[in-house]
Amino acid sequence: MDIIHPLDRYLRTDRLPHIWCPGCGIGIVISAMLRAIDRHISEGHFTQDDVATVSGIGCTARATLYLNFDSAHVIHGRAIPFAIGLKVIKPNLKVIVIGGDGDIAAIGGNHLLHSARRNMDITVIMVNNMVYGMTGGQVAPTTPMKVYTTTTPYGNLEYPLNLIKLVSSLNTNYVARASVTHPHLIERYIYNALSRDGFSFIEVISICPEVFGRHIGFRNPVELFNKLKSMIKFKAKPSIDESDIVWGKEIVLGEYVNEYKSGFIKLLYGS
Amino acid sequence: MRLEYLTGNHAIAEAAIIAGLKFYAGYPITPSTEIFEYLASKLPTKGGVVLQFEDEIASINAVIGASWAGAKAMTATSGPGFSLMVEALSLAIMTETPLVLAYVMRAGPSTGIATKAGQYDVMQVRWAAHGNYELVVYAPWSVQECLDLTIKAFNVSEMLRVPVILLSDATLAHIWERVVIREPPEVSIVNRKKPKVPRDKYKPYEPEEDLVPPMACFGEGYRVLVESLTHDERGYYKATNEVQRRLVWRLVNKVLKNKHLISDSATYLVDDADYVLIAYGSTARSAYALIRELRSKGIKVGLYRPKLLWPLDEEMLINSTIKAKKVFVVENNVGVYVREISRVLRNKEVISIPIIDIEVPTPDEIFEVMKEWI
Repeated sequence: MDIIHPLDRYLRTDRLPHIWCPGCGIGIVISAMLRAIDRHISEGHFTQDDVATVSGIGCTARATLYLNFDSAHVIHGRAIPFAIGLKVIKPNLKVIVIGGDGDIAAIGGNHLLHSARRNMDITVIMVNNMVYGMTGGQVAPTTPMKVYTTTTPYGNLEYPLNLIKLVSSLNTNYVARASVTHPHLIERYIYNALSRDGFSFIEVISICPEVFGRHIGFRNPVELFNKLKSMIKFKAKPSIDESDIVWGKEIVLGEYVNEYKSGFIKLLYGS
Repeated sequence: MRLEYLTGNHAIAEAAIIAGLKFYAGYPITPSTEIFEYLASKLPTKGGVVLQFEDEIASINAVIGASWAGAKAMTATSGPGFSLMVEALSLAIMTETPLVLAYVMRAGPSTGIATKAGQYDVMQVRWAAHGNYELVVYAPWSVQECLDLTIKAFNVSEMLRVPVILLSDATLAHIWERVVIREPPEVSIVNRKKPKVPRDKYKPYEPEEDLVPPMACFGEGYRVLVESLTHDERGYYKATNEVQRRLVWRLVNKVLKNKHLISDSATYLVDDADYVLIAYGSTARSAYALIRELRSKGIKVGLYRPKLLWPLDEEMLINSTIKAKKVFVVENNVGVYVREISRVLRNKEVISIPIIDIEVPTPDEIFEVMKEWI
C-alpha cells in the first residue's frame, strides 16, 4: 500500500481496517504514541528498528498487530514480563507495553507493580476505559462504583483502583495521566517517558461508548467524549492525593512522578 | 573433558551453561531451587542474566521474551510452579519459541511433600497446556543424564523451535554422583536457524522442508510479530479452517516428523528377555538393580527405559518388547504412564506396578508385585 499518511510507515497498513468500534478512544492513543515515537526518530534518538511493542489481550492489546515494529501480541496480563525478557537481553531496544486496564491492572497487576518496583527500563501505556471491552462489558478494577455492567447487574460494589497512586508509591521514574480528550498531552507524556531510563507509566483515560457508555447513559460517542472532557482538569504539578477518579467529578491529568534515577538496566550492566 | 562431583540440579545448571544459556528467570521452589542458585552465581560470569520474578507466570513469560531477543533461555520449577506456567507453555508452542524448562517433580497433589520425590506429573507435563500439540519431554535417571539430556534439550529446542522439558525429580535433584563433563567441540551445540532471505521477503512462521521456520529476533530489523492468536506465515491472525488446520498440523508434525532426531532410550538385556520392565527416571534405577538380581537367579528379565518420554518412540518400544511374554511398567505414582505403554502394546500383557514411595521404590517392593506374575 502507498504511504498516504506520514505515520503510515509505522503501521502494517495491509492489515487495515482495524477492529476498533466507531467512537473508540484507542486510535487517538495509538496515533499520539506514533507521533511521539516519530519525534524521537526524527531527532535521531533511536530508529524504527530499535522500537519493540508488546501487548497482552484486549481491545488495546490489538494495537501491536497493526504496528510496524518488532512486536509481540502475547497472552492476557503477561506483556510486562515478556517485555522485561526482551529488554534485559537487548538493552538498546525501546520497549513499549501497551494494554487496557484489564490487561495491565487486573490480571497483569502483579507484574505492573513489580516492574515499577524494579524501575525496569520499559514504558507501560495503560488505556483505561474503565470496563472490559473485548469480552462485552464486564466490570473492571477501574470501573466506578455503582455502575451496572454485565457481571454487576445490581451495580458495582467495589471501589476502583487508582493506578496513579499505586505506581507512584513504587520506585519508578515517571508516572503521568493523560486523556483521549487531550491528545497533545498523550503525545508529550509518551515522548517524555521514552526520553529516560527506568520505569515509566502513562495512564490514558479513554472512552468505550459501546459497552461502557451505554451502561452509564452515554451511548452516543460524542456525548460520552464531552462528558469525559467536562471532568478533565490539567495540572502542571498535580499531587498524588488528587489522583482518585470519581466519575462525574474530576479527573486530574498531569505528570505525577518525573524523575531520572538510574534504571535497572544501568544497575545490571553498568553505564 | 573433565570430571566433577555434582548433584542432579547442579548438573542441569552446568549443562545449561555449556549449551549456551544466556537468560534464566525463576521463582524459588523446592526441589528445583539449586538450579536457580547455581546459575545466579555462575551465569553472570559467563555473560548471562539471572532474574528472580514475582511468580512462575512472570518467569516463563520473561523467558519467552528473552528467547525472542535472541538468547537461549530457561526456567526451572516443580509441580505447583509448573501448574502456573502452563498457559505460557501453550504460548511458547504457538509462537514456536525455543526454551528449556527443568521440571523437578515432587510428591503431590497440591503442596504435597516438597522435599520428597514422585513421578505423579508425567501426564500433567504432557497434557496440562490447552490446545493440541506435541511436547518434547526428556527424563534422566542419573546425574550424568541430567547433564547430557539438558544439553540435548537445548539443542532440540533450538533445532525445532519448541519448548523442551527436562523432567527430573527430588531424588535426582539432590543425589551426588561423578559426572563426565564435555564442552564444545567435544559436544555439539545447536543454534536456531536464522533467515536466509532479505527483510522484506521474511515471514516469521514460514517453514522450511523440516517444517521449522527460520527465526529472526527482535532488534534485527525484520519487524517480527510474535502472535498468540491463530496466524498465517506472516504472523497475521486468521480465523479460518484453512489457516487453523495448516498451523496446528504443522506444529504437531514438526515434532513427529523429526522424531528420529530427538528419540532417546536405553535397553538392558531385552534381546532374550521373557519379561521386560519399563521404567523411567529415578525409578528405573531400582528396576535395573532388580533385573541384575533376577538375572543372577536365571530369570530372563530386561529393561526398557525411555529417556524421551514424550512423544514416546513407539517403534523402539515395540522392538524392545517383541519377544517378551509380559511387560511390567514400574512407576512412582498410581500407574499413569502405563496407559501410554498399553496404548502401543495392545496385544501384550502389560502389568502396572505402581509404587508410591517418597524416596525411590526399592527393588524388593517391585519384586513383591512382580513375583505374582512370573
